[in-house]
Amino acid sequence: MLFPIAVFAPLLGAAIAGLSGRVIGDRAAQAVTIGLMIAAAACGIVTWVALITGVTHAGTDFISDWIVAGGFHVNWALRYDALSVTMVAMVTFIATLIHIYSIGYMGHEERPTYRFFAYLSLFSFAMLMLVTANNLLQLFFGWEGVGLASYLLIGYWYDKPSACAAAIKAFVVNRIADLFFAVGIAMLFATFGSIGFNSIFAGLGAHLQDRISLFGSHHVLGVIGLLLFIGAMGKSAQIGLHVWLPDAMEGPTPVSALIHAATMVTAGVFLMARMSPLISLAAPVLAVIAIIGGTTALFAATIGCVQTDIKRVIAYSTCSQLGYMFVAAGAGAFQVSIFHLITHAFFKALLFLGAGSVIHAVHGEQDMRKMGGLWRNIPVTYAVMWVGSLALAGIPPFAGYYSKDAILEAAYAAGNAAAHYGYWCGVLAAFLTAFYSWRLLLMTFHGKSRLEHASHAGHAVHESPLVMLVPLLLLATGATIAGYLLKPWFIGAHQATYWHGAIDAASATVLAAMEHIPGWVGYAPLVAGLSGVALAYLMYVAAPGLPARLASLFRPIYLLLLNKWYVDEIYDVIFVRPYRYLAGKLWQIGDVELIDGVPNGLAALAADASGQVVRLQTGSMAVYAFTMLIGLVVLISTFLLFR
Amino acid sequence: MNTLGFPLLSLLVWLPLLGAGVLMLLRGDEPRVAALARWVALATSLAVFAASLVLWFRFVPGQGFQFVENHVWLPDFSVSYHLGVDGISVLFVLLSTALTPICVLASWESIHSRVREYMMAFLVLETMMVGMFCSLDFVMFYMFFEGVLIPMYLIIGVWGGQRRVYASVKFFLFTLAGSVLMLLALLSMWLFAGTTDIPTLLHTSFPPAMQFWLFLAFLASFAVKVPMWPVHTWLPDAHVEAPTAGSVILAGVLLKMGAYGFLRFSVPMLPNASAHFAPLMFALGVIAVIYTAMVAFAQTDMKKLIAYSSVAHMGVVVIGIFTFNPQGIDGAIFQMLSHGIVSAALFLCVGVVYDRIHTREIARYGGLADRMPKYALAFMVFTMASVGLPGTAGFVGEILVLIGAFKVNFWLALLGGSGMILGAIYALSLYRRVIFGRITRDDLKSILDLSPREVAIFLPLLALTLWMGVYPSSFTRFFDPDAVALSAQHMAALAPPHAGIQTKLAELAR
Repeated sequence: MLFPIAVFAPLLGAAIAGLSGRVIGDRAAQAVTIGLMIAAAACGIVTWVALITGVTHAGTDFISDWIVAGGFHVNWALRYDALSVTMVAMVTFIATLIHIYSIGYMGHEERPTYRFFAYLSLFSFAMLMLVTANNLLQLFFGWEGVGLASYLLIGYWYDKPSACAAAIKAFVVNRIADLFFAVGIAMLFATFGSIGFNSIFAGLGAHLQDRISLFGSHHVLGVIGLLLFIGAMGKSAQIGLHVWLPDAMEGPTPVSALIHAATMVTAGVFLMARMSPLISLAAPVLAVIAIIGGTTALFAATIGCVQTDIKRVIAYSTCSQLGYMFVAAGAGAFQVSIFHLITHAFFKALLFLGAGSVIHAVHGEQDMRKMGGLWRNIPVTYAVMWVGSLALAGIPPFAGYYSKDAILEAAYAAGNAAAHYGYWCGVLAAFLTAFYSWRLLLMTFHGKSRLEHASHAGHAVHESPLVMLVPLLLLATGATIAGYLLKPWFIGAHQATYWHGAIDAASATVLAAMEHIPGWVGYAPLVAGLSGVALAYLMYVAAPGLPARLASLFRPIYLLLLNKWYVDEIYDVIFVRPYRYLAGKLWQIGDVELIDGVPNGLAALAADASGQVVRLQTGSMAVYAFTMLIGLVVLISTFLLFR
Repeated sequence: MNTLGFPLLSLLVWLPLLGAGVLMLLRGDEPRVAALARWVALATSLAVFAASLVLWFRFVPGQGFQFVENHVWLPDFSVSYHLGVDGISVLFVLLSTALTPICVLASWESIHSRVREYMMAFLVLETMMVGMFCSLDFVMFYMFFEGVLIPMYLIIGVWGGQRRVYASVKFFLFTLAGSVLMLLALLSMWLFAGTTDIPTLLHTSFPPAMQFWLFLAFLASFAVKVPMWPVHTWLPDAHVEAPTAGSVILAGVLLKMGAYGFLRFSVPMLPNASAHFAPLMFALGVIAVIYTAMVAFAQTDMKKLIAYSSVAHMGVVVIGIFTFNPQGIDGAIFQMLSHGIVSAALFLCVGVVYDRIHTREIARYGGLADRMPKYALAFMVFTMASVGLPGTAGFVGEILVLIGAFKVNFWLALLGGSGMILGAIYALSLYRRVIFGRITRDDLKSILDLSPREVAIFLPLLALTLWMGVYPSSFTRFFDPDAVALSAQHMAALAPPHAGIQTKLAELAR
């Protein structure tokens, strides 16, 4: 009974705040959504503890039929197993903190903010439906639901053109991936006759050898896995479909933390773990996942190194960390990817909210070149940003160390070329991650203040209110200890008991192989991380002139990274503009000239012909008689000829 | 069989006409007649809707034609007055009776001239629509099918916009050929089977060569009505010129006539030809989905954009019907119903701002969210339903058709499903340009949010949109058994005894 409350309480909150916010006012809307969110989190955590301590058992809460049509049957139901309760506990906990934080962050808005809290709760509900789905269609419901909430939240400041554009971009890019996901769902139904997880997993053995011909013959399971992975690439912003995530930073910062760091973007990783029994049967798909993941991890990290907007740095870091999670999935170690998902939720939410606290302190400034020396003014924020950065860079004993290390070890232990590629990308990215994290810390908090005092006259840089600091401190605690505490359960000695079959059992072999890898494999990322920190110190403290000199020395590379590898520009040229052009041409030429040309032409022809016919009516008896005669001759000869 | 012992369908068909008759008798000065006409029309259409609810509660799914009335009409030609509904048609009757009072309400303040005649046109239109969906005799069907056009012509031609004559002439040219060909098909079916009784025709097997020509004749008529690419260009013009309520009924019900024709005639009566032409239908459907979605994106007029989006959505319906599998057919019917609600609602959304600012130019708007939060919410829900967001009506039909299409071919599913992406592009950009942004124009600064009358119009549509998305079983239960039976009947007709027909058809086609 507690489990449905955890899922549906946020929906209730969203409905009340959204529909009656104008009447009951901001304060009441906040109280309702937060109260219900706290209830959800309490239920979520209790059910989580109850399941892992063996008080309750995995199962399914049936709610109702959904679609029943022509042999296609899906239900609304809540799946209750280790994977879903872990996610529910994490999502409700983080979402609650972010709701609370938003009271402070959105405190200076001119417009009423009930809408914001309604959207946050709506998002939480959709995310919870996603993770508790018992079939792929309900998962897709949540999947699209978080997409909608993300669209609404990115475009929250709807009078900002850039925010509106970013919102549409996020929705459309995600939709591209979702089409493949939907076709994957159709293919699953066509293959298994059901899209319930249990039926699919039970039927896997019978379809191992099924093939489909698409540019040559392929394994059905492999094609399904690939389609689902393309879906995951969109939501989780993997290379090629990552373009929406940095732009999504147009939304208010709590949104970035909740949606674009801690929860929604990890939905793709969750999908891989949920479908792990199927995915792990398709070796080529695993290889693709590892390669895409590794490439994304490295690619996004390179961009993060030169960005100057504090939120964009963290956004690219999210992209990169998601790449790590896919490397783990591609290595077949789905538990490890979920482990990193959870630790990442803590430290990335922390970093975003910390960045929000900085932005709040300097009255909306996001450019790190205009910050500097802030640590005296906002010491608590400064401290928690350190914690977040240590966790992100994978420095022991912070949370990221355990999970990132495990990912790279798993990638190495998987032993195939693709996973090894993922490993090396991961090590390099670890170096860059540490570099840009400390670059961020040093540029923002150290050195001389570069604030434009003119614009801040009379507004002292101030530490955030308690409603913002308490969530930060709680997240910082999580970012510190979550890795150490959860490791034995998620990937260590107790993992089999913990997951209890919720994640494909075959991946335990990878976990076992991690015990037998050379020692340097585990040290390499740590060394890479520490050298990244050292380089940042060198460039931003010891020799502050260095970055500018390097930038002019390697100008093409610098510009390439600064402009995000020109991916947006390339897409603009090969997709956006041609689409716009073609759309206009299809309308003007296809519809107006060609298709409408026929009826319009016919009409003109009819008018023309009637004019000609009029001329035949000369009124001369002789002409009429002659015409009749000719007609008669033709008729008779035709009759005679064909008799 | 008619378990009611009461000619319910006749009541549904003829009561609106009676209302129109009452309107004709109204006397008095202009404003009084207008006010009375509104109330009479509303009362009549609500009474019809209330009566039609009996169908919702008393219809038994999977039991064939129900509420049947069968009387001899023209015995020499074995034509009868034969009414009845099955799972495929019953919800369309309800859709028609539900949308008519909404149309009357939507025209409450926006129509000022000849109100009585306007309301009469709508009531006559309702008679024609309900009659068409209830007809179980081909001659009756044909009369209603074509008769629908007369009040629609008048609505566009008399209460329409600037280029209303062009729009109606264009529509006439597009439909003319099709109507004549369908009449020929009707005659030849009558000559072959000796009857125009639809249930009898459904169990008549026509020779394959005849099916080939009959299918083409039907296609000529139905394709224009759907409308399918490339005979769709009358629709944007008709929508643009029509008053809001005209667009609502045009998109909501009239566009369903063609697809209903495919389901009632082409697929069950001409199984071999349907199978033969399925690839053509898929191609046209996919073109409609992609081409018109792109054209919609290029539009600058709100109504044209939504009109083009209708063509794209109906492309999905056509694909679904010709997959011949239960999911595809169920999906197509569901998509027709959801499109009936959602596109009608979107045209109403356009009407709301048109009534206030008197332009449909998208660029004239922007920033309405500030002044019109209720409107923004309603518009958002319908936009998302149009985009096919799960949890709204638009999703269910789309995913079912996608599944049905996948069973036919991987690429059909991928291309037919591309509306998921392209739909989002034009729908969200429309929403953004109208609702988001900053208000710059003076007349928008004082624009008013939805009035109670408008809220009353939108609330039932909102509720339906969500209900159909969250619990579609309430609706699929009506037609699912018949869709499954239709699919099974089709497969049986193509089973080995008739296998030779395919090759004959192929020869004929050459």
